[in-house]
Amino acid sequence: MTDEANGEKKSPRIGVFICHCGSNIGGFVDVKAVTEYAATLPDVAYATDNLYTCAEDGLNNIKESIKEHNLDRVIVSSCTPRTHAPLFQRTCEAAGLNKYMFTFVNIREHCSWVHMKDRERATQKAKDLVRMGVARARFLEPQEETKIDVTQAALVVGGGVSGMTAALSLANMGFPVHLVEKDNELGGFVRNLHGLMNTKKSAGETIEPLIDKVNAQKNITQHLNSRVATVEGFIGNYDVTIGGDDAEPKEVKVGTIIVATGAVPLVPEGLFGYKEHPNVVTATEFEELCKKKDIPKLKNVAFIQCVGSRGQKVSYCSRICCNVAIKTAINIAENRDNMLGVTEEKPAEAGGQAVEEPAADMKAEEGTERRRRRRGRGRREGEDAVEEGAAPSSGVEITVFNRDVMAYGVEHELEFNKAREKRVKFIRYVPDNLPKVTMKDGNLEVGYFHETLKMERSMPVDMVILSTPLVSQPDASTLSQLLKVPLGQDGFFQEAHVKLRPVDFATDGVFVCGTCRGPADIAEAASQAAAAASRAAIPLANGFVQAEALTSRVDETKCTGCGTCVEVCPYGALRKNEEGISEVIAAACKGCGCCGATCPEGAITMTHYTDQQLLAEAKAALEEG
Amino acid sequence: MEKEADPGEEQSTYDPKIIAFCCNWCSYAGADLAGTTRLQYPTNVRIIRVMCSGRVDPAFVLKAFALGADGVIVAGCHPSDCHYINGNEKTAMRGTFLTEFLEEAGLEPQRFKVEWIAGSEGRKFADVVKRMVDELQVLGPISEEGEQ
Ligand SMILES: Cc1cc2nc3c(=O)[nH]c(=O)nc-3n(C[C@H](O)[C@H](O)[C@H](O)COP(=O)(O)OP(=O)(O)OC[C@H]3O[C@@H](n4cnc5c(N)ncnc54)[C@H](O)[C@@H]3O)c2cc1C
Ligand code: SF4
Ligand code: SF4
Repeated sequence: MTDEANGEKKSPRIGVFICHCGSNIGGFVDVKAVTEYAATLPDVAYATDNLYTCAEDGLNNIKESIKEHNLDRVIVSSCTPRTHAPLFQRTCEAAGLNKYMFTFVNIREHCSWVHMKDRERATQKAKDLVRMGVARARFLEPQEETKIDVTQAALVVGGGVSGMTAALSLANMGFPVHLVEKDNELGGFVRNLHGLMNTKKSAGETIEPLIDKVNAQKNITQHLNSRVATVEGFIGNYDVTIGGDDAEPKEVKVGTIIVATGAVPLVPEGLFGYKEHPNVVTATEFEELCKKKDIPKLKNVAFIQCVGSRGQKVSYCSRICCNVAIKTAINIAENRDNMLGVTEEKPAEAGGQAVEEPAADMKAEEGTERRRRRRGRGRREGEDAVEEGAAPSSGVEITVFNRDVMAYGVEHELEFNKAREKRVKFIRYVPDNLPKVTMKDGNLEVGYFHETLKMERSMPVDMVILSTPLVSQPDASTLSQLLKVPLGQDGFFQEAHVKLRPVDFATDGVFVCGTCRGPADIAEAASQAAAAASRAAIPLANGFVQAEALTSRVDETKCTGCGTCVEVCPYGALRKNEEGISEVIAAACKGCGCCGATCPEGAITMTHYTDQQLLAEAKAALEEG
Repeated sequence: MEKEADPGEEQSTYDPKIIAFCCNWCSYAGADLAGTTRLQYPTNVRIIRVMCSGRVDPAFVLKAFALGADGVIVAGCHPSDCHYINGNEKTAMRGTFLTEFLEEAGLEPQRFKVEWIAGSEGRKFADVVKRMVDELQVLGPISEEGEQ
């Protein structure tokens, strides 16, 4: 068996190790017969069977046989490569064999376990499968996993809460960060907001310290009034030009990129009397009015939820608007920071002694607050009816027309309860019967169908606040194309995997966080940002990326530069070089093989899954054994 | 046409050969699960593992028929579940084209299938194989004019 082909052209020397897997294979397949058969196949230098190939004995047997029989290819014929390939590959490596010179043949999951009632045919199939493996193994080639150096700096696009949080995390780890913001100042959408939910701090008080930290962090280079103009390269090595509104374009080199460009609220053109009647505003516009203390005198205010979302203009639920409405309702009820500008003429106590003090005790201690909440909750059960119609402390009647209240999570649920304690009314509507905002005798009015009473009703209001969804930035597609990362069907940037890779893009080296990825509140945006920063830091900290060994290769003598492969690649891993010929960016290629299957010139070879290897398998499968 | 005249007789001697190109992440895993759950199916199928169903060049399918396959399956992850983002969309497109092409070449549509089989769908894998074997038993071998 060990005849050395001294001096002659080397033909492959394949070792085949066939496993009984106890009785899992041996009980249903004649393993000895398969082993004898394997020994007769071309280029098989050694074939043997093991009781358990993956046990120490079995692994040692592989290592010793590689040396003893001078094997240059190994086949293990046992269970599934999906669980066991790495183990046997390491064994090969330990014996000095490149791990890509290993092939797996699955005769357990795909044979003995699914053909338990026909030993003869199962044995025949196992022989066929081994023959296929040998045919493939003859064409195997060693592969190298190359390391690619990484530029240890990052680019963050967007200077809102997410972008600033991500930039700070990376900068605090010691990496230089380029922070690109299209506006003339940092802060993002939160700048438009008044009082925030679940905190006594105003939006300004929340965001300013973050901006200060960014300003003080020397590792962060800010590019205000700027946008990303061009991006070349791949994970670890991006060349980015940042175009300023009134500055020279700047070129920077970075290793990873974080997208944090946020979102904008939908403008409800043509919905619920917006721009048609006075005092019909969006939730965002109301925040601005609050900041300016420019709110007309309110006695009755109505919120309408899901304006334009959930099937109207966009299909999704914007996630945050219920909580925003609850927050705003409570703020109005409590006249937060004297936003209504009406404390001088304190309204008459409308609801008896249950009503709390207005603005004056806004800074109530947490403890009192909690006690009050508990008291309120207990009360809600039985006494609602007694105080029906009682107005909140600010004296403003507040009604929230909703399809259902998405106050998800404990804090928001508590806020929802608090709003109800404050006599905020929540009235349901169904999408087939939307509330109507009309003018009657010069007064604003909301007409609606009361689902419980089953009757049309209407109420006079001073102001209607429309809760519209966050929608993607109008120019999101520009950045999406520059970075070759996808937008989902709702126009938001789409992560690699909803559950397992929530802040990665499928393209290595680019990450996503905040509302550009879908509606989120500040806390969520900040957590995503911290997550994205830590993901983006991995290649930076390593200083290198390991490129897949299984990649495509373009034969430049065959390529005509048609560009089909560039279009087909899901990872933007192919590009045309100066000569118009396609080239593979090894660091970006995942080895799916889509390009190889598409190239009309047959110019692309997929390493380890070559046409030759796959067709040899097919041919062997169809030969008579 | 003649072969349909007497499918009963064929059944006893005819042993169809099926090549199944399975993507590593979903359908190969589905076939593994069929094994782990000991689902029994006919021995006629030979699986060729590829990383993505999008790796399967239409030429491989044609070649498999030319080499004597009676049926070919290309199996990948369900739409929108592709490990490589959208490799299976390419498979779907090529599948439509191949089906038409093979029909024009005189092959019955039952002989070529694109299937979406998830890693959790061991049962589906077994059923797909069973069904194709049953259908091929009825069809019998590829008639001479049909071959490439
Ligand atoms: C009415 C309303 C009320 C809200 N109230 C609250 C609340 O009380 N509490 C709470 O937690 N959350 C609230 N939110 C949500 C909050 O606004 C978001 O969670 C937060 O703004 C998300 O931050 P971000 O950094 O992801 O996005 P943004 O704040 O939108 O910041 C994105 C930044 O990127 C910049 N940018 C965009 N495109 C580009 C580009 N191409 N190049 C460079 N820069 C770009 C933008 O100018 C902006 O500065 C509210 C939202 C709305 C609509
Ligand atoms: S598909 Fe083939 S011929 Fe066309 S550009 Fe790509 S490698 Fe070149
Ligand atoms: S193998 Fe896949 S990831 Fe690599 S270049 Fe080809 S299509 Fe792109």
